[in-house]
Amino acid sequence: MTNRKLGVLMFSPAIIYVLAVVGVPFVLAFIYAVGDVKIASVGYHYVGLANFRSVLQSPTFRRSLYDSIVFTIGTQIVVLVGSTILALALKDRFTGRGFIRFLILLPWVAPVSLGTIGWKWILDSIYSVINWVLIHLHFVKPFDTPMWLGDPTLAMLSVIGVESWRLLPFSTVILLAGLTAIPRDIPEAAAVDGAGFWRTLFRITIPMILPIVSVAILFGVIFVFTDMTVVYILTRGGPYDTTQVLPSLAFFTGILGSDLAEGAAISIFLVPILVAVAYFMLRVASRSEVG
Amino acid sequence: MAIVETRKLTKVFKQGQAGAVNDVNLQTRESEFLVFLGPSGSGKTTLLRMIAGLETPTSGEVLIGGSVVNHLPPRERRIAMVFQSYALYPHLTVYQNIVFPLKAQKIKKELHKQKVDWAASLLGIGRLLDRKPRELSGGERQRVALARAIVREPSVFLLDEPLSNLDAKLRASAREELEQFQKRVGTTTIYVTHDQVEAMAMGDRVVVLNQGTVRQIGTPQEVYDEPADTFVATFLGSPPMNLLDSDDLIIGFRPERFLPSSLVARSGSTDEIASKMRTEHLLLADVGKRVPLRFRVEYLEYLGAERILYGALEGGRFSGKSVVSRIPSGVPGKYEANSVHDFLVPESELKFFDRTSEKRVEAKAIQWQ
Repeated sequence: MTNRKLGVLMFSPAIIYVLAVVGVPFVLAFIYAVGDVKIASVGYHYVGLANFRSVLQSPTFRRSLYDSIVFTIGTQIVVLVGSTILALALKDRFTGRGFIRFLILLPWVAPVSLGTIGWKWILDSIYSVINWVLIHLHFVKPFDTPMWLGDPTLAMLSVIGVESWRLLPFSTVILLAGLTAIPRDIPEAAAVDGAGFWRTLFRITIPMILPIVSVAILFGVIFVFTDMTVVYILTRGGPYDTTQVLPSLAFFTGILGSDLAEGAAISIFLVPILVAVAYFMLRVASRSEVG
Repeated sequence: MAIVETRKLTKVFKQGQAGAVNDVNLQTRESEFLVFLGPSGSGKTTLLRMIAGLETPTSGEVLIGGSVVNHLPPRERRIAMVFQSYALYPHLTVYQNIVFPLKAQKIKKELHKQKVDWAASLLGIGRLLDRKPRELSGGERQRVALARAIVREPSVFLLDEPLSNLDAKLRASAREELEQFQKRVGTTTIYVTHDQVEAMAMGDRVVVLNQGTVRQIGTPQEVYDEPADTFVATFLGSPPMNLLDSDDLIIGFRPERFLPSSLVARSGSTDEIASKMRTEHLLLADVGKRVPLRFRVEYLEYLGAERILYGALEGGRFSGKSVVSRIPSGVPGKYEANSVHDFLVPESELKFFDRTSEKRVEAKAIQWQ
């Protein structure tokens, strides 16, 4: 067998896998989005942009688009601030650092659904441990506890909180790598030059890890924008679609609502946004290589 | 300007282990250029970092300008430091790098440009102000680091091997420049290096360190000519001092004082010797009492300006002991491998050390045969 044939043979499983799992559904989504496919329908009729038109007119879709953006940006802010603090705290040696690093990584390695179900109980309207603690600290009255998943604002804050909890380890690890790459001399020079903690942080440390921070942000945006697990398990998009995001709406419409065509149209709205994000990601990556 | 002093300064990194710096007492003079010289691991950088406030002493005190600064962070010690790597801020331009200490010290904005221009012109980097550090050569980076150090007119300069990242040629010129520069600004300077040439050339005084302890403090001439112990004797000078064990003593003499008998003048009038020194390439005038030694050359290195002869003594009490001689290339004489020559050492050039403590002791009469 020639090297070339062997190469093709060795490579083909990977290519077939990617085509079957990513390529085919992607193409199908476009085909469905311009057709009239429903679950159990037998034929296919081309309907042009009709699905998109109806999607755009739907208040639920607009609400979901808005929620998606709030959800994504909110999570990024929490994660960014949180992981910067964590990374700075975990950068220097201290007793028990290894153990704390392990604990912080746990949410990332634990299965999403299990972790989120745990959160569902923590945020439950009757059995919530948070409320139990708040009651016993006399912050809230026993029969007037916050409805973490029932109140529109609190529900959004809850899904943002849980999503941040999941994403935090990943972002922390990336930022830690960035911080460790800064030579020790540089913050020391800043200290001798007269800079205090905040000046060193904002003028030296953060600008130096900015390329890596932007990679963490872009990965985070893509991850959160396409994720529906947390919303699906915690709130199912409720109350009144106030935590509905595009991926969960597409799922509810296309799979549970059996309108495949409209579900496909909704999910296609993710594409231009993700393409833009991916473009920026590649640009940042190539720029930091040069630098 | 200020005087830096350390009192019983000690740093132990791991409990139970020997300290990186042990009980160091030293004091700079006003406007002095003091060099910490030692091999790697001698504690010289740790000592400097404790003075800078980047390392907390295990015990002892650091004084700057007469007051104890142990509890002060680096920025309140009125010092400036140049790091071995220069530690320029890579994302800032040269101007922003130099202005950084001024901003950090909350110096009035109106003065920034004027001060940066002053520092930049002092170091000849005025045209580089808009560049980023990565666009600069090693020598230029070193100047930027110096400019950043002087811009806020500190009372003490701390320099940690600032020339070690430059190539040999640039290092020589940078050395001279740095020395001139220090004389001009007159700031008390502590300079860390492992390079004895740098130490000898630049230092007003040299602190020789080994394994965290000060072995000797003195002018370059003192540490070279009157080494306090065998470590200083062998660390300074290349090749190092010849050492011979004799009962409870160690006898030392410099390779350049171990010379062919024919090249050392016998007694005569000063004029006569002077003329002989010109015509016959005599290397030493009448030296008084001499110690004759037979020297078998084993191999030699030709270094252009001089020849280094490696070999062993032959006959007498120290027969077989390895010794080195260093003679200028210009002088006549063939010194090939396996040839034996009559050499001598002036008795006044012998240094004596105690065998156990390795410290310098009084000269004694020695049995050579």
